[in-house]
Amino acid sequence: MTPLPPKDTPTRIPGRRTAGWEVVALGLAVVWPFVASPYGAGLVTEVFIFAIAAMSLDLLMGYGGLVSFGHAAFFGAGAYATVLLTMKLGWSAWAGLGAGLAVSGLVAGVIGYLCVRMAGVAFFMLTLAFAQLLFSAAMKWRWLTGGSDGIGGMARPSLLGLPLADSRTMYFVGLVAFVLSLMALRRVINSPFGHALVGLRENEARMRALGYPASRVKLAAFVIAGVFAGLGGGLYAIYNGFVSPDALTFGLSGTFLLMVVLGGAGSLMGPAIGAGIFLLMKQFVSAHTDHWLLIVGLIFIACVMFFRGGVHGLIERLRTGGRA
Amino acid sequence: MSEATPLLRLEHVNKAFGSLVVTRDVSLDLAAGQRHVIIGPNGAGKTSLINQIGGQLQPDSGRILLDGRDVTRLPPEARAQRGLARTFQKNTLFQRLSTFENVRLGVQARFGSIFDLASRALGRDDINDRAQDILARLRLNHLADKRVSSLSYGDQRQLEVAVALAGDPRILLLDEPTSGLSPAETGQLVDLVRTLPAELGVLMIEHDMEVVFSLADRVTVLYYGEVLASGLPDDVAGNERVREVYLGASI
Ligand SMILES: Nc1ncnc2c1ncn2[C@@H]1O[C@H](COP(=O)(O)OP(=O)(O)OP(=O)(O)O)[C@@H](O)[C@H]1O
Ligand SMILES: [Mg+2]
Repeated sequence: MTPLPPKDTPTRIPGRRTAGWEVVALGLAVVWPFVASPYGAGLVTEVFIFAIAAMSLDLLMGYGGLVSFGHAAFFGAGAYATVLLTMKLGWSAWAGLGAGLAVSGLVAGVIGYLCVRMAGVAFFMLTLAFAQLLFSAAMKWRWLTGGSDGIGGMARPSLLGLPLADSRTMYFVGLVAFVLSLMALRRVINSPFGHALVGLRENEARMRALGYPASRVKLAAFVIAGVFAGLGGGLYAIYNGFVSPDALTFGLSGTFLLMVVLGGAGSLMGPAIGAGIFLLMKQFVSAHTDHWLLIVGLIFIACVMFFRGGVHGLIERLRTGGRA
Repeated sequence: MSEATPLLRLEHVNKAFGSLVVTRDVSLDLAAGQRHVIIGPNGAGKTSLINQIGGQLQPDSGRILLDGRDVTRLPPEARAQRGLARTFQKNTLFQRLSTFENVRLGVQARFGSIFDLASRALGRDDINDRAQDILARLRLNHLADKRVSSLSYGDQRQLEVAVALAGDPRILLLDEPTSGLSPAETGQLVDLVRTLPAELGVLMIEHDMEVVFSLADRVTVLYYGEVLASGLPDDVAGNERVREVYLGASI
């Protein structure tokens, strides 16, 4: 048993610094596509993409204490914008992706504006409701979105002359996007804004009495999270060459939430690890049993009940001998 | 700003919770440099009044002015940005964060840029130094790295004041800052209030009569939400009705 951390040390705000093991993991990640099959590279590419979205949700959940159940809305908005602009308007996929970030940021701004004044269950339900609204729109507006069939046929673009059709190139695009997102989000968390966000999570009444405009800080966090979730969505669309209302489902929002909880909310890297564990388990477990969702449910309960810091908390405790 | 404009002015403020009137036609002024103490029995509506000044509670009618500007409808954060700071009767701290970060957040609120996303919050020496200074002034610097929830009640009580002072306010509202403090700690707090910047206006709720009379240059007595008497400490202490309903035999 690792001893409990001394009670008088402040809750460290994890995820603020680069840890040594992260550098090692990055080294392994660079080697991976050269030792793995294209299938194995593709699987980890997907992990990078989902990790970006999970980390963006962690900014809201882990640091801001804003448990949003509608994160798929931003992921889906980024994915749809990328595919629609590319397929319907003939934009390059990169321009589509760039515009997708703006679209998902905008969607997050609108949803955030309407949600941030709510607290607790109302907040949760409202974020869920807005995501469902986008889902319905994607289903109904067949002329634009292709309805439940979605829209496909988008060819992977090239970057600097290297075609993403090559699984290794696609992999490195995912890896670079992931590392840059991690660095950017880490920077946000270390910034005055990030500290304010944590303060709001801890005690909103005091923060307001000190002069922090609580709603505006939360709204800004929403937009930032929305843009990164949109990046995940846009990359996912490029990766698949395809988007369907699956990218906007309630189930996907739940998946992001589970990735965060499983990996450990409020640590950035934790939810990224959560994304990895989730996707790899899904890949292997669902091949052998039909009870995938049951297993997901059990993991979720176990995390919430016994495993507060998630996988990341466990790593930190082992690494620091219980002092974390 | 003219001489006649007080830092803080309340004009005919009223507030009721259902049929319970907690503030009844309260008007008062707080001038720069004043040490104005509000006393009154439990449930008199003292905290409710501070909450209305701070913006945590909306009055039903009447006006609240800061520097002559109507802030009655402004949220707490807007009032804080105009130089109003407060403590809470019930400790309202960031329990899981360090003592230092508690004060640092208070400094950052007014001396940092809240929407700065790119620089390092802990890299601002001016803000760190100011937070350290305030901790030192309240003799809390040895606790800087401790988690607040591990601090003694008395230390947390003092931290309440430290956090409020962090933003270098012009108006300070203190809601029973000495409650639960040991006599020694109470003495320290009285000394602290004495050494606050001369131009700061302080409005303070206090039960301990010794503290009241050692600090106050003006005393207001609240009774069932109403101002029973307001004036120089000696005049208030000599007031017949005050003696009857509140101070009783204690003076
Ligand atoms: N939000 C509320 N809703 C209903 N009643 C309230 C509310 N807040 C306070 N009260 C009641 O209003 C009255 C005044 O409360 P308040 O806290 O302002 O008194 P106080 O003078 O600060 O008392 P104390 O000396 O005990 O701190 C009390 O009877 C209290 O129960
Ligand atoms: Mg009170």
